[in-house]
Amino acid sequence: MSVKDKVIEIIAEQAVLEPSDVTMESTLEDLGIDSLGLVESIFAIEEAFDISVPFNANEPEQSDFDISSVASIVAGIEKLVAEQAA
Amino acid sequence: MKRVVITGAGTINALGRGVPATFEAMREGRCGIGELEFRDVERLAIRIGGQVKGYEPEETFNRQQLALYDRFTQFALIAAREAIAQAGLEFHGDLADRSGVVLGTSGGGLTTQDENYRSVYEEGKNRVHPFVVPKLMNNAAASHVSMEFNLRGPTFTVATACASSNHAMGLAFQMVRSGACPAMITGGSESMLCFGGVKAWEGLRVMSKDACRPFSANRNGMVQGEGAGVYVFEDYDHAKGRGAEILAEVVGFAMTSDAADIVMPSKQGAARAISGALRDGRIDRDEVGYINAHGTGTAANDKTECAAVADAMGPQADRLMISATKSMHGHCIGGTGAVELLACIMALRDGVIAPTINHEEFDAECALDVVPNEAREADVSVVLSNAFAFGGLNAVLALRKV
Repeated sequence: MSVKDKVIEIIAEQAVLEPSDVTMESTLEDLGIDSLGLVESIFAIEEAFDISVPFNANEPEQSDFDISSVASIVAGIEKLVAEQAA
Repeated sequence: MKRVVITGAGTINALGRGVPATFEAMREGRCGIGELEFRDVERLAIRIGGQVKGYEPEETFNRQQLALYDRFTQFALIAAREAIAQAGLEFHGDLADRSGVVLGTSGGGLTTQDENYRSVYEEGKNRVHPFVVPKLMNNAAASHVSMEFNLRGPTFTVATACASSNHAMGLAFQMVRSGACPAMITGGSESMLCFGGVKAWEGLRVMSKDACRPFSANRNGMVQGEGAGVYVFEDYDHAKGRGAEILAEVVGFAMTSDAADIVMPSKQGAARAISGALRDGRIDRDEVGYINAHGTGTAANDKTECAAVADAMGPQADRLMISATKSMHGHCIGGTGAVELLACIMALRDGVIAPTINHEEFDAECALDVVPNEAREADVSVVLSNAFAFGGLNAVLALRKV
C-alpha cells in the first residue's frame, strides 16, 4: 500500500468514512475531524510508519507540518518517510 | 451561615519551599521552570517543567514515613505543617471531631505507580513493596494529614483534574460556612513529574518545549509543575475568639460543568462559574480588582478564558488585572488552584499583583490587563481564582480582604 493510500485509510477511519469518500482536496474540517481526532490521526500515522510528526496542537499553523488538506498531510508524511529511509 | 476565613497557608512548589519564599519569587517574577531531572528523561520530547529542586525527602521524613509517603503526600504534609503552625491550632476534643481535610489531586501517587510498573513490567520483577497500594492511593495525602494533626471529621480527596484543588477548597468553604465544621484543612497536592506522567501528557501534543507564555500571542502550550498548597479555613467567630491572624476571607464559590467536550474549554461554562462565584459571595462585579487566571498557556484556554472573563465581568473586565502564575510555577494540575491561591492572598494582604511572565507579544484575543512580566502594586479588595479542568469542570473561588 502506498503512503498516500495508507494515510487516507487512517483519515477515513477517523472520519468514519469510506476511503473513497476522502479526496486529496478535503480539509479535516470538511471530513468532520476535530482537534482530538487530528491528534489521534497523527498518532496512528506515526505508529503506521514509525516516524515522528512535528505537530503541536497549540500552533497548528506554525508547526513544521502542514495540515491544511489531505494532500498537504500526505505530502508531509511522504517527506518524513523518505527522510526516515535516507 | 458562618463567615469563613483563612488563618494559615503553606506550600512547596518550584518557586520555593514555604509561603514567604513563594511570595518573594512571585513579586520578583522569577521563573521556576527548568530542565526536568528524573530517570529516562532523555526518552521524552518534553524536557522542561516546574520541578521542586533541592528538596531532599530524608531531611524532612524518616525511613518508615518515606516507605508510606509518595512525593505528593510529602508535599501535602510539608504544606499542611506550615499552614497549621501559622494558624496556631491544635486539634483536641470537639474541635478535632468536627474538623477534617479536603485535598485535591489528580494523579495521586503517580510516581509510585510509575516506579512499580517499571519494576514489574520492564525489570520483570514479580514482587513489589507491601505498601504500594497505601502509598499510591489518591486519598493518601488527606489521610496522612488527618493522622498527623488528629483531624477526625470529614476527610476525603477530590479529583477533577486541573480544578481538583479549587473544588476541594470550595467544598471546605461550604462545610465551614454551613456550620458543620469549625475548621477545615484544604488545598491540593500533585507530583506527576516522572517519566510515565510526562509521557502521557506528551501524547496530547499541548505541551510547550521551551516556556509557558500565557496570554502571549506566541504561546505554544502548557508546562507541567508540581507541588502543594494547603490552607486552614476557619469559622470567623472561632478565629476571632482565639485572636488568630486572618489572612483573607473566603466569600464565594461556584462550580459548573460545560457538558460539552472532554478537552476543549467552553466560554459559557467558565463564565457561568465566574458569575456564580460573584452571586454566591454577593459581590458586585465592580469590586473585583484581580483574577488569578487558569491561564495555562495553551492556545485554546487563554482566549476562551479571556472571552469568559469579558462576558462575566462586563465593563469591569477592562479595569481589573488578571495574571497567570503558571508562567512561573508551571501547571501543578490537581494542586494548581491551591498554589495559585497564594497569589490571591498576596494581592489582598500585601497589595502586590503577581505578574504573567514570559509575555512577549500582545494577543488581540487576550486583550485584558494581564500584568505582563512585572509585579504591580495595587490596592484590591476582592479577588477571584479560576480553575477550568479537562472534562469541562469549572470551579471559581472569591476572596475578600478582611
